[in-house]
Amino acid sequence: MSASRFAHAINQALDDMMERDPSVVLLGEDIGKAGGTFAVTRGLQDKFGADRVIDMPIAENAIAGMAVGLAMSGMKPVAEIMFMDFVALAMDAIVNQAAKLHFMFGGQGSVPLVIRTQHGGGLNAGPQHSQCLEGWFAHIPGLKVVCPATLDDAYALLQAAIEDPNPVLFIENKSLYPMKGALSDPPPRIRLGEARIARHGRDVTIVTYGAMLHTVLAAAGTLAGDGIEAEVIDLRTLQPWDEATVLASLSRTHRLVVAHEAVEAFGPGAEIAARMAHVGFDELDGPIVRVGGPFVPVPFSRKLEAEYMPDEQQVIDAVRATYG
Amino acid sequence: MQPRNQPALLDLYERMLLIREAERNCGTLFAEGAIPGFIHLSDGQEATCVGMMASLRPDDTISSTHRGHGHALAKGLSLDAFFNELMGKEAGACKGRGGSMHVADLSVGMLGANGIVGGGIAIAVGSGLAHKLQGKDAIAVSFFGDGAMAEGVLHEAMNIAALKSIPVIFVCENNGWSEFSPTATQVSFTLEKLAEAYGIAYQRIDGHDVERVAVLGAEVVETVRRGGRPAVVECLTTRIRGHYEGDSQRYRDHSQPLVDPIDIAREKLLKIGVEAPALDTLAAQIRDQVLAAVDRARASSEPSFSSVMAGVYATESTR
Repeated sequence: MSASRFAHAINQALDDMMERDPSVVLLGEDIGKAGGTFAVTRGLQDKFGADRVIDMPIAENAIAGMAVGLAMSGMKPVAEIMFMDFVALAMDAIVNQAAKLHFMFGGQGSVPLVIRTQHGGGLNAGPQHSQCLEGWFAHIPGLKVVCPATLDDAYALLQAAIEDPNPVLFIENKSLYPMKGALSDPPPRIRLGEARIARHGRDVTIVTYGAMLHTVLAAAGTLAGDGIEAEVIDLRTLQPWDEATVLASLSRTHRLVVAHEAVEAFGPGAEIAARMAHVGFDELDGPIVRVGGPFVPVPFSRKLEAEYMPDEQQVIDAVRATYG
Repeated sequence: MQPRNQPALLDLYERMLLIREAERNCGTLFAEGAIPGFIHLSDGQEATCVGMMASLRPDDTISSTHRGHGHALAKGLSLDAFFNELMGKEAGACKGRGGSMHVADLSVGMLGANGIVGGGIAIAVGSGLAHKLQGKDAIAVSFFGDGAMAEGVLHEAMNIAALKSIPVIFVCENNGWSEFSPTATQVSFTLEKLAEAYGIAYQRIDGHDVERVAVLGAEVVETVRRGGRPAVVECLTTRIRGHYEGDSQRYRDHSQPLVDPIDIAREKLLKIGVEAPALDTLAAQIRDQVLAAVDRARASSEPSFSSVMAGVYATESTR
């Protein structure tokens, strides 16, 4: 164990993977000399050189498209899209190219690329720098979507994402970057698609991922004071998501809340709730309740954004709502 | 001076005929319903792909377009894999999952036709960068039509290729049509000026003369391979058929005669003393070769949906 921060855990994973595999290259805007907007890639260009930590112009479409070409030609690119909102400029390369090629070419080749990006509000970055758009990608066959909440998971899941032969969206929540914690030594190995039970409880299952995990754990602590023991599941991977672990938990608790920062309407929680309403119908003792962002762009002002963000109280209210 | 390894005109002619004959069959198969979906034939453009690719090596990579049959066949896709794919059969290059707009053969460096206009451009630049980072002297070629000149990704890709000295050739097959619209109504610039703006060497050529395209292609390929800098080649060509099969082409003036690169090559061959009967025999051989592949594809089996469901994700890196 060593004291670290969330951003450092990602930096360490990139460093170790580049050390281990010469085909791993990073490309993105201001990731080299500048070290990244949130300093996640700091020091890597000094260590590995400008040929492996490639500063790119502000051209998201070409960055993602070139990552596809690199991946098809023997490299393992990790492309950074500076803010998740900017993936809108790179959607063709990710959705029509990267996601489809292995399938569309009949299994010829693979596209082992990682798109690293960061989502989420809390920094008053406004409507075009705060969105949680992971649901877009979880909807696309051929993509994998990862969203870590802890230092160990950030390290281990990024390692797994880089090793995966498929295109993976690796989504970091910007509010987590300064989060302090311990990074295990050696860090654990985790397969994509495995959830983690972050808190055991018998009364209600709360499924979440990313930064929202910490809000949910706080809510679970408060609920415990009222005698409600929540089981908290950190999905860690959204696509493929760990349906078996969620169903097993629901079969013990018989109540389900799904919580995320992404807009609730048509969000990842809708899929989880719908699946559990189907395969877990007989286990349910109450309605499945979702917590998510309201159906409005993320507003800028401190006051407005604070009210926008799904919070502990909303999770507590959602748990109570499962009791009908 | 003729660059070395310059294939003889007869060889180039044969490669063009193979593409023409394959696509003639595509048209027939499409009309009778044996090829479903949409197909975009490249009749008239054979000299650009055959000529530009004559000097490429198997380890050079290309990305192509929705009008990509010629590129795939010229790079080395087999006729059987081609017809099976267009007919949606299990034995197709892509197991019937891609069809005409996605023919690909990674084993010969053909990184795929593309259903998205401009979709292959950045892929080729990335592939060229991979060759460079791996210390190889392979190059990448991005084929695109003049319609893609209006896509933003071309700008991004040319800028980066120039900035980072990436060994990629941007080959614009300018047939004058952006789908159903004359390109003059679609772009306000010339590719020459655009290349100049990026500091990328530019060459324009009459893309109907396969011999001249091959000579220029050999020079440009050699320059990019040795120098590691990008290049732009604009081939002025002719789309003999519609945007897609079934296109009524009401937007087109049919009184103008169309230039056919195969006629030009044939005349040149006759002029240098190749006998007409020899060319007719060659054409008959190619016709038989293509027909045999069509017959085999007709008889081959349909894919199963279960294999499709299992084929979304790769289980290991196949490189």
